[in-house]
Amino acid sequence: MTIYSRVAGALAVTGLMASALIEPALAGDQLTIVSWGAVYQQVLHKYVFEPFTRTTGIKVTEAVYSGEIAKLRAMVESKTVSWDVVDAGSNAWMMCDQGLLETIDWKKLGLDRAKFGDAGRFDCGVPGQFNSTIVYYDKKLPTSPKTIADVFDTKKIPGKRGLWKNPYPNLEWALIADGVPIKDVYKVLSTPEGVDRAFKRLDTIKNDVIWWTAGAQSKQLLADGQVVMTASWTSKEADKQFGTMWDAAQSGAPSYWTIPKGSPHLEEAYKFLAFAGSPQPQADLTREMPYGPANKDAMALVDPEVLPTLPNTPEHDAVALHMDQPFWIENGDELRQRFTAWLAK
Amino acid sequence: MQSLKMQHHALPVGGGALARQASEPGRASLSDSGDAFVRFSDIQKTYDGEALVVKNLNLDIARGEFLTMLGPSGSGKTTTLMMLAGFEVPTQGNIFLEGRSIQNVPPHKRDIGMVFQNYALFPHMTVEENLAFPLKVRKLAKAEIETKIKCALDLVRLGAHGKRRPGQLSGGQQQRVALARALVFDPKLVLMDEPLGALDKQLREQMQLEIRRIHEDLGVTVVYVTHDQGEALTMSDRIAVFSDGVIQQIAAPAELYERPQNAFVAQFIGENNRLHGKVVAMNGATCKVEIPGAGNVQALVVNVEAVGLPTVLSLRPERVRLNPAPGSLPNVFSAQVAEVIYLGDHVRARISVCGQDDFVIKLPNSEGLVQLEAGAAITIGWTAEDCRALEPS
Amino acid sequence: MATVAVQVAGGSDGIPLRLKLQRVEHRRTLGAFTLVLPVVLFVLIAFVWPIGRMMFNAIHDDTLLTLMPRTTSALSAWDGKDLPNEGAYAALVEDLKQSWAQKTTGVIAKRINYELPGAGGQLTFSARKVSTVSAGSYKAALIEVNPLWGQHDIWSVLKRGHSAYTGYYLLRSIDYQYGAEGQIVASPPQNAIFRDVFLRTFGISLGVTAATLLLGFPVAYLLATLPARTSNLLMIMVVLPFWTSALVRTAAWGVLLQDHGVINDVLIGLHIISRPAELIFNRVGTVVAMTHIQLPFTLLPIYSVMKTISPSYVRAARSLGAGPFYAFWKVYFPQTLPGVAAGCLLTFILCLGYYITPALVGGPADQMVSYFVAHYTNEDLNWGMASALGAILLAATLLLYYVYNKLVGVDRLKMG
Repeated sequence: MTIYSRVAGALAVTGLMASALIEPALAGDQLTIVSWGAVYQQVLHKYVFEPFTRTTGIKVTEAVYSGEIAKLRAMVESKTVSWDVVDAGSNAWMMCDQGLLETIDWKKLGLDRAKFGDAGRFDCGVPGQFNSTIVYYDKKLPTSPKTIADVFDTKKIPGKRGLWKNPYPNLEWALIADGVPIKDVYKVLSTPEGVDRAFKRLDTIKNDVIWWTAGAQSKQLLADGQVVMTASWTSKEADKQFGTMWDAAQSGAPSYWTIPKGSPHLEEAYKFLAFAGSPQPQADLTREMPYGPANKDAMALVDPEVLPTLPNTPEHDAVALHMDQPFWIENGDELRQRFTAWLAK
Repeated sequence: MQSLKMQHHALPVGGGALARQASEPGRASLSDSGDAFVRFSDIQKTYDGEALVVKNLNLDIARGEFLTMLGPSGSGKTTTLMMLAGFEVPTQGNIFLEGRSIQNVPPHKRDIGMVFQNYALFPHMTVEENLAFPLKVRKLAKAEIETKIKCALDLVRLGAHGKRRPGQLSGGQQQRVALARALVFDPKLVLMDEPLGALDKQLREQMQLEIRRIHEDLGVTVVYVTHDQGEALTMSDRIAVFSDGVIQQIAAPAELYERPQNAFVAQFIGENNRLHGKVVAMNGATCKVEIPGAGNVQALVVNVEAVGLPTVLSLRPERVRLNPAPGSLPNVFSAQVAEVIYLGDHVRARISVCGQDDFVIKLPNSEGLVQLEAGAAITIGWTAEDCRALEPS
Repeated sequence: MATVAVQVAGGSDGIPLRLKLQRVEHRRTLGAFTLVLPVVLFVLIAFVWPIGRMMFNAIHDDTLLTLMPRTTSALSAWDGKDLPNEGAYAALVEDLKQSWAQKTTGVIAKRINYELPGAGGQLTFSARKVSTVSAGSYKAALIEVNPLWGQHDIWSVLKRGHSAYTGYYLLRSIDYQYGAEGQIVASPPQNAIFRDVFLRTFGISLGVTAATLLLGFPVAYLLATLPARTSNLLMIMVVLPFWTSALVRTAAWGVLLQDHGVINDVLIGLHIISRPAELIFNRVGTVVAMTHIQLPFTLLPIYSVMKTISPSYVRAARSLGAGPFYAFWKVYFPQTLPGVAAGCLLTFILCLGYYITPALVGGPADQMVSYFVAHYTNEDLNWGMASALGAILLAATLLLYYVYNKLVGVDRLKMG
């Protein structure tokens, strides 16, 4: 046994060294992964990309985008795909819908799709983390917002509000503020009257809203005092710096690890998706990012102290607004058009 | 002549004082500005607070006079003109127009027409609009404006060009328009700042006569600035020669040419041979000057003071006679021809004489011309009156 | 005399003079052409071709033609009155099945959604269910699957898809669209924004141009008339912004203009105002920041023209009796017009294309055409709309340039 194991060990070491030497020459053993940059990507680097390279020996080249689909579409249509894995957010559904992503073969992946709950029903990617859009507010405010209705009440709390320049969750929030129960929001929003009602409600605060497009921008606006409260994605720093309001926090839109159609490194990309969807890296991420792991097995591995700041705790879940992805796929085009036009008026 | 010389020495800094005496020898007092049309009184001008561009200028200009300020560039003549026009302010002194100080009168209220070096015709207006400009400013009636424009255009013989823009006219035509524009509003005084500088020689000569004719026809007072001595001699009633911010001499053209008061004027007006020497004897109107290495020359006393002082003798090339009859002239020297240039109406020769090899003589190409050849030995001579003993400058 | 000489020269070798001249000229033209060839190629490849391609996209859309070939061809015979015949329904079923298999349903749905908002979702739904539809009455079966297929307007859209060319994007860009019968009708008010956007784009550009002219003209005058040392210093201050990126400058305006920014803090500190003035995320911020960036573009052509205007013109005017202001207005100012025209045209045209500055310091109601071009390119992936808006902006700019040329004369412009 000893001799065999020694020989085997020596061979393995030699093989590893050899492969380490050859590796850089093999284009097949590296992946270009695109994510959203900033602190988020640094954390990904530390808890996902590096451990992945350590475990598999596949090198990761990182790139940054800001969610624009146009570039991906251009790559796929011209068949010059240089991205292997794309960290997609709410744009994942549209990318998939447009046929820009590979359909994921879960058998090949070796992950239990059921562990991801509803989020796992998406065909074109492996769920990463849940991130809620919540409301942060200035702690110095005399009256702090308690409900989403307070966000829409400029008499109760005067001052500018920061909102995401996107139809969701603003249309939903407008209806909730207008008295629609959370569970009925999408039912109401499916009717033309409901859409009118949402826009009417948005009209009441239109002059008091500063619209942001990047997460960092929203926090900057609040820090600068340009707004008194803002919708934003959760982050550790913001949790410390500002007051948080979880009422009707929009959740249910996890990030997805996706593979652009025509990626030249399909095998490696699958390996990465399998790794990124496994419990350990998902749990590790919560050490620095208050994002909820999509893999239910990961929750057990999360530090109990961090747990309350995550979007998918039972308390937060109880008041949350779960984003209805199919609704948005079906009605997104129409509502986005109208929202864009409404903004421009 | 003698009195002139004395005046000059009495006022060593004042080219202007000299000038006034030259024009109106009888007038004594500075404060009496009644009869001068324009009077510069003790004018000084500096731009940088250090160097004086115009030094203590005194100058009277009579009504209807054509006065030319002549001098090299940087001599202060244009600055003097600009002060009169109101575009520059004298650092010291006062300018009077018709007896009234115009110190505080802005340029547009001075009623002085001006012709600029580059004409300054407004390029975005037609010729007629250019001419109408001063009339419209003065709010004249439309009919009157039309009449005046027509008269002005006729005056400069451009009747048919009224509708054109300056850019469509030739240089000479633009010049005439500029002239017409400066005259159309019947100014008291017309200033011209090197108006013919941009024209070719033939056109320039033609325009000189034209301006002269217009001046005579209208009787308007003209102050003319040029660095071209030929132009000054052709046109002026009087010429003020400027150098280094000082009027060196002011006189009628013939006077200036025939009797330059100092070496600068002699040099600047016309061609001039200069012989450097020392006064060895004074004899009333004439003196004897020793030229080192050549002997003595009899010369006319202009502004040399005493025996023993250095002097410059000024002699016009055309006053030198070739092969004079022995004893007919006080100054006779033998010389050698260095170079001969045939110029049609006359022949120019550079000769070596009195230890100088850049001595120039001019001989009219008339009948019986002696053929000169380079290298030939000749004899030349001149009268004492043609050889003026001047203070060296 | 000259003619004789020429004839002799031309005749000596028997070649007509005209031909010789042509040869020499030809060689020179060829030489000149070789010199400019790289530039011509560059402009063609990097400018003319992409822009032509973009313009083409505004009217060209073969999504339905290529992805639903059977349906569109079956509909070419449809008279457009009642619902189409059974054949069209059969073709539709085939196309939907194929699209579902090839995952192109999303693309088709998106295209349909442009013209019939909401119908795309129903089409996707139908495509998912279409496998259950088998031979028999396709018409009844499809209408059973989704009532959409019993409506007239969806068929109208599909029929128009038979042509690879569509006026939809251009119409939409001026707030028109196709009605249920294929006629042209005004867009519903909640979507009719583009006429406003174009007017706003021209309005803001005009405002910024006027502001740069008002601010730039006196500075240009100072620059042109001050002694060289002072004017050089001033010139450095004018062109300094050129050395900083527009993005950085715009961000700097954010710091200055925000509610608790430098300007508001100073004004409140001086008790001039009691509450922060709204200077950012609105028209004020947009115009201020754009004016700042555009100032040198207006100023420099004016300056270079002023530099060539001799001071003797104003002097001449003064000597002719004009007061300082009259001389300036009647003599100096008209001569600066070629520069003013060039500077203003340059700024105006550059302003038309502004995107990043309004996006950063403007509010949603201050976004200009380029914002929507970017929005449709990047976020909505509606490249047809992006192209149409771009094409209309380009056409409007060219038209404006043409009018401007007629009024002012481009040959009189002086860029410096």
